[in-house]
Amino acid sequence: ENTIHQRFNSVEIHLVVFFLLSVIEANHHVTNIIPESALLICFGFILGGIIWGADKAQTFTLTPTVFFFYLLPQVILDAGYSMPNKLFFSNMGAILVYAVIGTCWNAASLGLSLWGCHMGGAMGDLDIGLLQYLLFGSLIAAVDPVAVIAVFEQVHVNEVLFIMVFGESLLNDGVTVVLFNVFDAFVSLGGAKINAVEIIKGIISFFVVAFGGSLVGFVFGLLISLLTRCTKNIQIIEPGFVFVLGYLAYLTAEMLSLSAILSIVFCGMCCQKYINSNMDENSVNTVRYAMKVFANGSETIIFVFLGISAIDKTLWVWNTGFILLTLLFVIVYRFIGVFFLTWILNKFRLVPLEVIDQVIMSYGGLRGAVAYGLAMMLDENKIKEKNLMVCTTLIVVYFTVIIQGITMKPLVTWLKVRRAAVSELTLIEKVQNKVFDHMLVAIEDISGQIGHNYMRDKWNYFEEKWMSRVLMKPSARKNRDRLFKVFHQLNLKDAMSYVAEGEHQGSLEFVRNKNAFIDFKKKNIDDDYYEVMPDIMADMSDDHSEMSSDRRDPVPSVSLEMHEQNMKAVRESEDINTHHLLQQHLYRGRKQHRHRYSRSHFDVNKDEGEVQEVFQRTMRSRLESFKSAKMGVAPPKTLSKHPKKEQQQKVRGSQNFEFSEGDSASGFDPSYNAMSVRVTYRAGAGIENLGFMPDLDHAPSVQLPPWLEDSSSVVPSQRAQVHLPWSHSSLRRLAPLQTSTRSTDSDDPPNDLKEEVHAGKPSSDAELKLFCTEDWTRISPQR
Amino acid sequence: MGSSSSSTERIPDAQELMQETGFSAAHLVRLYERFEFLDKDDRGELRLDDFEAVSELAMNPIGDRIIGAFFSPGRETVDFPSFVRILAHFRPTDTNRTRNGRNGAQPEPANSRTSKLKFAFQLYDQDRDGKVSREELLQVLRMMLEMQVTEEQLQSIAERAIQEADLDRDDAISFDEFKKSLEKVDIEHKMSVRFLE
Repeated sequence: ENTIHQRFNSVEIHLVVFFLLSVIEANHHVTNIIPESALLICFGFILGGIIWGADKAQTFTLTPTVFFFYLLPQVILDAGYSMPNKLFFSNMGAILVYAVIGTCWNAASLGLSLWGCHMGGAMGDLDIGLLQYLLFGSLIAAVDPVAVIAVFEQVHVNEVLFIMVFGESLLNDGVTVVLFNVFDAFVSLGGAKINAVEIIKGIISFFVVAFGGSLVGFVFGLLISLLTRCTKNIQIIEPGFVFVLGYLAYLTAEMLSLSAILSIVFCGMCCQKYINSNMDENSVNTVRYAMKVFANGSETIIFVFLGISAIDKTLWVWNTGFILLTLLFVIVYRFIGVFFLTWILNKFRLVPLEVIDQVIMSYGGLRGAVAYGLAMMLDENKIKEKNLMVCTTLIVVYFTVIIQGITMKPLVTWLKVRRAAVSELTLIEKVQNKVFDHMLVAIEDISGQIGHNYMRDKWNYFEEKWMSRVLMKPSARKNRDRLFKVFHQLNLKDAMSYVAEGEHQGSLEFVRNKNAFIDFKKKNIDDDYYEVMPDIMADMSDDHSEMSSDRRDPVPSVSLEMHEQNMKAVRESEDINTHHLLQQHLYRGRKQHRHRYSRSHFDVNKDEGEVQEVFQRTMRSRLESFKSAKMGVAPPKTLSKHPKKEQQQKVRGSQNFEFSEGDSASGFDPSYNAMSVRVTYRAGAGIENLGFMPDLDHAPSVQLPPWLEDSSSVVPSQRAQVHLPWSHSSLRRLAPLQTSTRSTDSDDPPNDLKEEVHAGKPSSDAELKLFCTEDWTRISPQR
Repeated sequence: MGSSSSSTERIPDAQELMQETGFSAAHLVRLYERFEFLDKDDRGELRLDDFEAVSELAMNPIGDRIIGAFFSPGRETVDFPSFVRILAHFRPTDTNRTRNGRNGAQPEPANSRTSKLKFAFQLYDQDRDGKVSREELLQVLRMMLEMQVTEEQLQSIAERAIQEADLDRDDAISFDEFKKSLEKVDIEHKMSVRFLE
């Protein structure tokens, strides 16, 4: 006789499910009140009823195999891939506490209480021993990631709260797997054989499982990154690799009896950054969309199946005491656990978690399909009351997903939980948020705080130096590299002096030239003096041959900017919305994570563009104040600082510049990196053209930034006292390195240069360079 | 904090500072060490170039404004108490302190929400007239936005921002309007730094 299963094959069922999903999605009114997951379960009931009615037997069930191997991995991979890493790792400590200690507490307390009640006779006649109770406790203790996503995605709570619950639900798998296996083994052994050794083995196995799983995931994440680095020519299949390897991570961990969920989560989290930078934009989109599709699809099927599985007469065993007590204890112990742990955590947190957030965290401890899957995996020979446990699990799942899911949103609203900003922020808020970010970074820098950010910076440095080198495509890396070089190499005092002097003589090309590229690279102080200066030049050319050293990296950056400007022009003509504008153009700040999680937003890497601009602007404004100070009766500024390491640079002529570095010359230590310079001058020294470096070995066509050429007259205060910076003599050496000799006839005031550059609208890099040099030479010595 | 450690003896008026700012002795000592580190010439006070020696600040769009905030109007140097007072704004809010009833005599703690907002407000309001005019807002916007943004766009952003926040239609944003427009923002999180001991 044909069962429905045979008549409608799985494909059709899935199609029906997808159709329903889209219907539900379309109707937001319904999903605002009842979360999708609850609706799907109910639909599952209906479907199960139909099947039952037709076949008198439940032919569609959610078997553990299907669930754990075909449905769950996609959801978790998507979770890992879209995880906000920065937020996650900031709260990692708290998340771990909840995941590990919280879950253990839940399991133990639940198991013991149920056993206690059993002993007390509340459950009637059941053939369950203490160990089996503990086993049951361990499988029902864990908060379920699928359910959490499903319910919380409609309720936009603030991000800290969300990441706590979500992170916990992901990480507790490590604990769940261990506890389940340990107690399963104990149950097999029987009570008598358990001794301290076994318990210790259990504890050790926790560490092995958890760390092993994470390690496997990490390794696979690296593999994916490496792979995407090398797949430039086969971009079409790139997305495929991501999924395949992600799944492999899951399977490998499962095969090694490690925590598979942890593995796939860390795989996703580890690789997201690299594959996003390595892969082509289209591939990244494909991966994102496909992940969402698979994850949503799996979620849907999971919930529908959860509903269907219920309609099975053979399954149901009812024991009022057991079921009700379980339900009660699950909720009560969750609350107790969360509140207690949070009370401890708040002693260590920078900003404590509020009571209201704790309430939501407790209430959001939803159980879901993982618990059901584990329950189905119980061996009925060892555990006589398996059906009872399965039923109880189902009821708990239904309760949490449906009842708690429906009431979550009203509760959140009623308790006035701080929400994520769903509504559009005002412009002031947006700007101010950024201001805050920058402010904090600045304050930390000023006050030399090593803390939270120190570790992150250290990690960033390590990651940038070693990991990115291996895992990222060279071109992608170059876009990032410059930002970090800034921290090593900036010689502010010197730059400021140059800028000051340069401006006086109208040589401050870079200030005016929007497209000037500041090359902050001074890794080796031992190298040429020239290299130590910040190079500021209009680096437009892609021509390697012109470059003497690899410093003058051709400019994916600048071309990116150009490209970006084109794109911007198009976009702006279409969209003048000021909010949009603000969003696009706010500087992201130094410690901002690049990764964003919306499907429709593409981040072009504008790091060093931002840094250059900011630096230019800061220099400009400082020089304005410097200038005004100079004009006034400013006291001489002594520029000498503590030299830790001094380098005597041989420069032709009489100027000596000494450089000193902050404490950690080799390390990346933002807090203590006080690059400073001591500039000493011999009074009355001749004016040398610093720009002319005989010991430099570069092609003559190489351009020195114009202002650098005249740095001979960089003024420390002593010189200023001798004569004003902008004098004829100091300008004499204004000859640029260009071979052309032009007459200096017209007398353009420096301001006009800026406008001229922009008015000239050079259409190509070469033209711009030419324009600059021409204009440069036109500035008369008098200026 | 009962007894202060002996290392606070070097710091003048340590007890009063601790009282006023809420920093613990250990925090204060650390900040003093940092102060001395920044103060390269051992002058006992910081000047503009000392701040500017912190290289990362040049990369910060509002770095100079933050530096400027340390200097009281008209003064060219920052002594240690002023240094600490400004940093006290960034201590995490003491929830118990703010929840207790405060009598009028006790001044607003530096790290209360209002004080933090006041600090943020003063970053905009350079002339200290209590209002952020359009021009002042434009200045900050210029700093925060990339160079590709044209002047007209900047103007329109500033215009729109003032429109959204300005309630009494005086074409400027007063402190109360500023506070109101930020009431949904989690200031405690966003303006707190963990100070080390």
